[in-house]
Amino acid sequence: MKKIVSFVLAVCLAFGSLLAGCGGGEDDVTLYVYNWGQYIAEGDEGSLDVIAAFEDRYPNIHVQYSTYDSNEIMYSKLAGGGITVDVIIPSDYMIGRMIQEGMLEELNFDNIPNYQYIDETFRNTDYDPENKYSVPYTWGTVGIIYNTKYVDEADVTGWELLWNEKYAGKILMFDNSRDAFGVAQYLLGYDVNTTDETQLQACADKLAEQKPVVQQYVMDQIFSAMENEEAWIAPYYAGDYLTMAEENPDLAFYFPKEQGFNIFIDAMCIPTCCQEKEAAELFINFLCDPEISGANMDYLGYSTPESAAKAYMDPEIASNPIAYPDDETLAKAGSFSYLPGDTSRYMESLFMTVRNG
Amino acid sequence: MKRNKSVLLSTPYILWMVAFTLIPLGVVCYYALTDPANGSFTWNNLRQLGMYLPVFGQSILYSLVSAFICLLLGYPVAYYIAHRTPVMQKILYMLVMLPMCMSFLLRTLAWVGLLQDTGIINNLLAAIGLPRLKLIRTPAAVVLGMVYNYLPYMILPLYSVIVKIDHRLIEAAEDLGCNGVQVFGRVILPLSVPGIVSGMTMVFVPAVSTFYISQKLGGTETVLIGDVIERQFKQGNNPNLGAALSLLLMVLVFVCTGILNRFAGDDGEEAVIV
Repeated sequence: MKKIVSFVLAVCLAFGSLLAGCGGGEDDVTLYVYNWGQYIAEGDEGSLDVIAAFEDRYPNIHVQYSTYDSNEIMYSKLAGGGITVDVIIPSDYMIGRMIQEGMLEELNFDNIPNYQYIDETFRNTDYDPENKYSVPYTWGTVGIIYNTKYVDEADVTGWELLWNEKYAGKILMFDNSRDAFGVAQYLLGYDVNTTDETQLQACADKLAEQKPVVQQYVMDQIFSAMENEEAWIAPYYAGDYLTMAEENPDLAFYFPKEQGFNIFIDAMCIPTCCQEKEAAELFINFLCDPEISGANMDYLGYSTPESAAKAYMDPEIASNPIAYPDDETLAKAGSFSYLPGDTSRYMESLFMTVRNG
Repeated sequence: MKRNKSVLLSTPYILWMVAFTLIPLGVVCYYALTDPANGSFTWNNLRQLGMYLPVFGQSILYSLVSAFICLLLGYPVAYYIAHRTPVMQKILYMLVMLPMCMSFLLRTLAWVGLLQDTGIINNLLAAIGLPRLKLIRTPAAVVLGMVYNYLPYMILPLYSVIVKIDHRLIEAAEDLGCNGVQVFGRVILPLSVPGIVSGMTMVFVPAVSTFYISQKLGGTETVLIGDVIERQFKQGNNPNLGAALSLLLMVLVFVCTGILNRFAGDDGEEAVIV
């Protein structure tokens, strides 16, 4: 349902901006925002329409919003060239890679005063040690979502649940190389940032072994599949679990603490193909406004990197143990950092072999 | 003078072909022969193709099966339409075309809604106390998707050939003592070969390169070459390998349609859809 609503909204938005484009003045700018799918509050189910609110505050800026399914798809599109994108929101490891490859612009923080609200923990990160290229948007964890109606609690022991033949055909898997390899690496007890090719090959073998029990490799299609019980088990982002659980209360979430699980930060960046840097910085600043961030996170279910935003959030969401796990749980989490280009390409080609074999 | 005119008339088409067929084809070749990491010349992408031969084989098999099923389903329909009154023919022709007015993606998604484990068919079965069936994510579901989506491409060329068969030939065959089966086998069928060949081609070519149908209706094992190519461009960040795969696919399609056209003999040229 949510998908249909957002689709209709997107169509309305597209037409709306077309019409608006005709009557615009000379200083009008079009800002191209390229973000993950289902990753901003769009006004459905009583949430704030973040983009409309931004356009209200800055009437001369028109946002052209489009979405991607994974960091890798976004990267391929930008690396292919020939497009204009002003704001992107990739994850930590991809930001590290894009910095190394000179694909990101340095930000002018004079235009982003709301950066002051970003918590200390989310500054000077591994991927952007000098805080030059990125402003955190959300953070979150990866765990296992399962349907309590069909999955025996005794089987929910760790990542091996995703290999359990008992649930063959009812298991979904990540359709992006880094997250899929991350699952295999935590299961096998490897470092998630390894560059060791024999370890990566072992992970690929493990993923190939899983393939017969996998129903589909998915990203955003996970929402409908888990909500309508077409699939019962999937590894995914905690924030999206919270959104799904609203639709289907039988869904539960599990952190494989013993083996380790991933914690990630998604941050706003400006790619070098940007045409409207100042407007892009205004947009980033707007999203960092605690009031806007709070309303946005209420809808997204992802965790905010600004403690100040929690004051504007539904208290139940702001204290949810899945969005904000306790320190003991967080201590078990690992995170992706930048991999050398050769390793990324090797991992991608191994994943392609798993998918195509 | 006449020659000049024909050059002038064909100029737009030639420009179109150069801009949107020849140049892109050159780009595909360029990508297929360069290294994804540094853009230098390499045979590597083409060498890797061997690995994908089973996927090519699977794609060709699926689309040939689909094309044959389309022929079996489409021939009687085309024959039926061709023997109605002219008004009726127009109406039926429109009905065959009608599904093509709706998005191909939407039609395939509708099949997902019908076939999935929690879909309409299975929910109906469960409601009347029957066990749920494994319908989606099977090879049969992929073939079903192909047949459903491409059947009009079979019916339309068949119809346009069958409708033009000279009725006097059939009467002559009857007068000379052929029974119904013989008339069909010796007169009508041979005369509709151009339609069959063109229909087979029109179904086979889009089916062999499709990716959406197999992703939505197939399982993790039913991977077609279109899926592999799409993935190289979208997630794999390896447009060079994608280009090499596309080139090989193009060559294979040419070979397959070439073989098909041999069956058509000299009449093959006429078979192009009217």
